[in-house]
Parts: sequence; C-alpha cells; structure tokens
Amino acid sequence: MESVESRRIVTDEEKLEAKNFNIFDLPDVPKGLPPHLELERTRVVCKVDAPTHTTETIYSGAYAFMGVDNSVNLENFSENFKVDVISLTETDMVFDMIGIPAGIANAFRRILLAELPSMAIEKVFVVNNTSIVQDEVLAHRLGLVPIAADPRLFEYLSENDQPNEMNTIVFKLHVKCPKGDSRRKVLTSELKWLPNGSELLKESAGGSTKQKTYTSFSRSQDSFPEFADNPITPSFQDILLAKLGPGQEIELEAHAVKGIGKTHAKWSPVATAWYRMLPEVILLKEFKGKHAEELVKVCPKKVFDIEDMGQGRKRATVARPRDCSLCRECLREGGEEVVPKKGGEEVVPKKGGEEVVPKKGGEEKAEVKSKGKREWVDQVALRRVRNHYIFTIESTGSQPPDVLFTEAVKVLEDKCERVISELS
Amino acid sequence: MEHGSITNNSHATFTLTEEDHTLANAVRFVLNQDPRVTVGAYTIPHPSHEKVNIRVQTTGDPASEVFKDACQELMQINRHVRSVFDKAVTAYKAEEERKAKEAEEELKRQRELFGSMDIESN
Ligand code: SF4
Repeated sequence: MESVESRRIVTDEEKLEAKNFNIFDLPDVPKGLPPHLELERTRVVCKVDAPTHTTETIYSGAYAFMGVDNSVNLENFSENFKVDVISLTETDMVFDMIGIPAGIANAFRRILLAELPSMAIEKVFVVNNTSIVQDEVLAHRLGLVPIAADPRLFEYLSENDQPNEMNTIVFKLHVKCPKGDSRRKVLTSELKWLPNGSELLKESAGGSTKQKTYTSFSRSQDSFPEFADNPITPSFQDILLAKLGPGQEIELEAHAVKGIGKTHAKWSPVATAWYRMLPEVILLKEFKGKHAEELVKVCPKKVFDIEDMGQGRKRATVARPRDCSLCRECLREGGEEVVPKKGGEEVVPKKGGEEVVPKKGGEEKAEVKSKGKREWVDQVALRRVRNHYIFTIESTGSQPPDVLFTEAVKVLEDKCERVISELS
Repeated sequence: MEHGSITNNSHATFTLTEEDHTLANAVRFVLNQDPRVTVGAYTIPHPSHEKVNIRVQTTGDPASEVFKDACQELMQINRHVRSVFDKAVTAYKAEEERKAKEAEEELKRQRELFGSMDIESN
C-alpha cells in the first residue's frame, strides 16, 4: 500500500525558501559579532606596555563570514554621525565628532594645519633699522605675526601680478627711541595699516613720469564694506617685535599676502588643531574599601571617585573618564612609595624598592616602604572609543575656529570635485 | 591620470598630482567600504614629489567608475559633516546666548531685590 503522506511535494515557495536560506536568520544563531571582535572593532585597548588593535578594520567584507556587514555608506553614516560642541570662544573650540572614520578626521586636521589660507607678512621693505635686531630676523618675526583679516576677501598674489588692493595688505612701522630716553619695546600695536597701499616711492629709472610706489592700489581698502569701520590689525596687540635702545630707530613697510600653511607655517590659520579618541575606563570588578581608596589616590587626573554605599562601605566609580590622560598609572604594578627624607629632600627609589639614591647630596638614609604588588592591577580596563574624536582647534585669530573647520571641510570637497571632473 | 590595461578595466592605478595623504587616505577609506572593491590602497612614491598613486581593483566594475563613486561618496559625506557641524554650532551659540541672558536677568532681579539696601557701599 502506498502511503500518501510519505511523498513530499516540493512547492515553488519552498524552493525559493531553500535558496534564500541563511543560517543567520535562524532564531538561535547569535546576531552580530562576538564580544571580543566587537571590542576590537570599536575600541583601542590600552595595555600596560602598549595599546592593541590600533588600526581600524576598514574593509567592508572583513566580517562577511559571520554575516556582519562592515561597510559604511552614506545612509548609515548620516544616521550615526553626530557633532557635540563642548566649548567655543573666539579663538578656541572643542567639539566631539562621533561616527567619523580616522582617515576623514585626519584629513580635516591636515587641511586645517596646512591647506587653509590666511594672510601673513611676506615682504618687508626696510628703510632704516639701527636696532640690534638684524633686518632678516626682524622680517621673520614680522612674518609670524597673525593678522586679523578674513583671507576669503583676498586673492592670491601670483608671481606676475601687481600687488593691488585685492591681494596685499600694507603695514607701516616707524618707531624711534630718542636719545636720552630709556630702552623701549616695539609691539605689534605699532604696526599701522595703510589702506591706500605703499607709501614708499620706487626709484624711477630717470624718467620724468609719475613716481610709482611698490603697490598699485586702484582704490582704498577703506572702501571695502568689511574694513570700513574695523581697520585691519594684527590679531594681538602685545607681541614683542624688537627692543630699541636710545638713538635707535626702525622704519619699514610690511606687505602681507595670502598663502597656505604648506608653503610656510606662518600662513597656518591655526596655532594647532588636534584630536584624541574618547577615553573609556572600565572597572572589571567592584573596587571596595581599601582598594577603592588606593585607586582614587593613584590616578593623577582624578578620574575615579568614591561612592558611599552606606554603613561605611565605600565603592570606587569612574566619574570623569574624559579626563583620563592614559598615563596608565592605574595599570602599573606599583611597588615603591617615596618617603621624603627628614631634610625635606625628595628621594628617588630604584626599582626593586631597596636601593635609594638621594637627589641632592645628603648623608641620612631615606626610608622607602615597599608596598608590594598591587592586587588590582589587571582589574582596570583602559580603552579608547574608535570613531569618537574630541577635536580641538586653536585659531590664531584671523577667523573663528568654527569657520575654519567649515572651510576645511569645503577644501576636502573641492579636492574630490577636482578628481571627479578629471576622471570624467 | 589613469594607468590600466586595455583588456581589463577593473584594475587600475590613478596618479593624482598635488595631492597627498590628506585626500588619498580619506578616499582609501571610502573605497574599502565599497563592496565592489577588492583592493583599494595608495602610496606616495617619493616624499619630495607631490604625487600619489591610488590603486583600485574591483570585482568586475570599471575601476575608474568605482573610484569616481568613491570621490562622490566622500564629497557627500563632507556635505553631511558640514551641515551637521553648522547645526551643532548654531545650537550651541543659541544656548550660550540664552544662558547669558538668563544670567543677566538673574543679576537684574537681584539688583532690584537688594536695590534698597546699599550693597555697593559695603
Ligand atoms: S590611565 Fe592615568 S589618568 Fe587614566 S584612569 Fe588610569 S591613572 Fe587615571
């Protein structure tokens, strides 16, 4: 007798299901990466001797064998990307950039340092300099003075260009220390802006034509709406340029032009721009009582706090992980304790905790207590969160730091655009 | 400039002049995020030449297309970064302004409160 039940009819639907079968769709197969790989992917782990997993895994298919997609496309990037402004003043800015890959964050930093334009003194015409600062040294010092003028309003001065009101800012410096006076300082506040261009006459080649100056301004920079009622000055008024003794004098004209930091650091619009990854400090076990107090004491950045649990019981908490400088003191095995000598001199114990070398000469032997190995060294985990950057920008004052960052992003955009247009 | 073979357009090296790690490393990242890419890497042949070579090998698509897409993607990422950043800065500035105003009002309130008492002279 033929059993009907035993014959299995395979429908199209079932076939399709079999084809699309994916083991990761089964309910009891764990989703995502196992914890140790997820840790490697998202954190830099700082061990006592060196950090591990420092490079990002950028290949999109790196975890494909586990059914995890490692790719970043615009969609999931937009979803995860976040900016938090921590502080912002006229010259300094700190912000958190979350969800950005290292390569792109670094591109912003590099552009801020080397590829954003600013104005800086490039040519100095020295009429008279009897000070002890040599002409070339003075010129160099002048070049490094940051100038508070928006470079976006100016053009680059190329080799064959005439210096004009669109590409040159002229400053005059004429200071004198009269005989009989005491020595005086020359500060940047004495640099006078000449909105009409150079006042120095070019030596004409004997012709009777109108005398020319070193610039050819067709109109005064005063007439620019941006400079009408805030004259161009150096960003800071109190930078020392030179010192003059009695009877000494400096007379010169300085011409500032637009440039980028790649050419010379004086054109870099930032004093510095850097980022660090967000520190993460984890206590792998509960720190109680004596251990908690030890832990709090050992951290120079005061990352840990003690929490009172009532009935005199105390527990350590990670209160300020952001302040962690990664000095790794909390991972050190410990050992010696420096006990000041009776004379108040500091004593540096050698490793091993026995021998003692006094810093300054002294006869008395200092006391060194050997504390032995700390019991909790491997109970603290120091990590850095990848893709979470704490970005700091220090502007020299020509533009506010938020404008600088926006400009830096634009520069990277322009670079992409150039490549695209060259490829098509 | 593109160096590739005539028969196989899925492998190519692109030479960009006047560029350095700034662009190359960012593009390398975006390239590697594209599932069509098998190899995406760059090198600077000599530090005193302003030149960078970007190598792209794909699973079959034309390398130049994939490279162009990567640049396009990077550009869009930048646009997004810029808009998010601008929003965050505007929000921060507004918040600061609000706080400053609040503090001012608080000061005013206290002045009014203690106005009758001559606190200045103390
Ligand atoms: S690494 Fe240094 S700063 Fe950071 S938590 Fe440990 S002891 Fe404190």
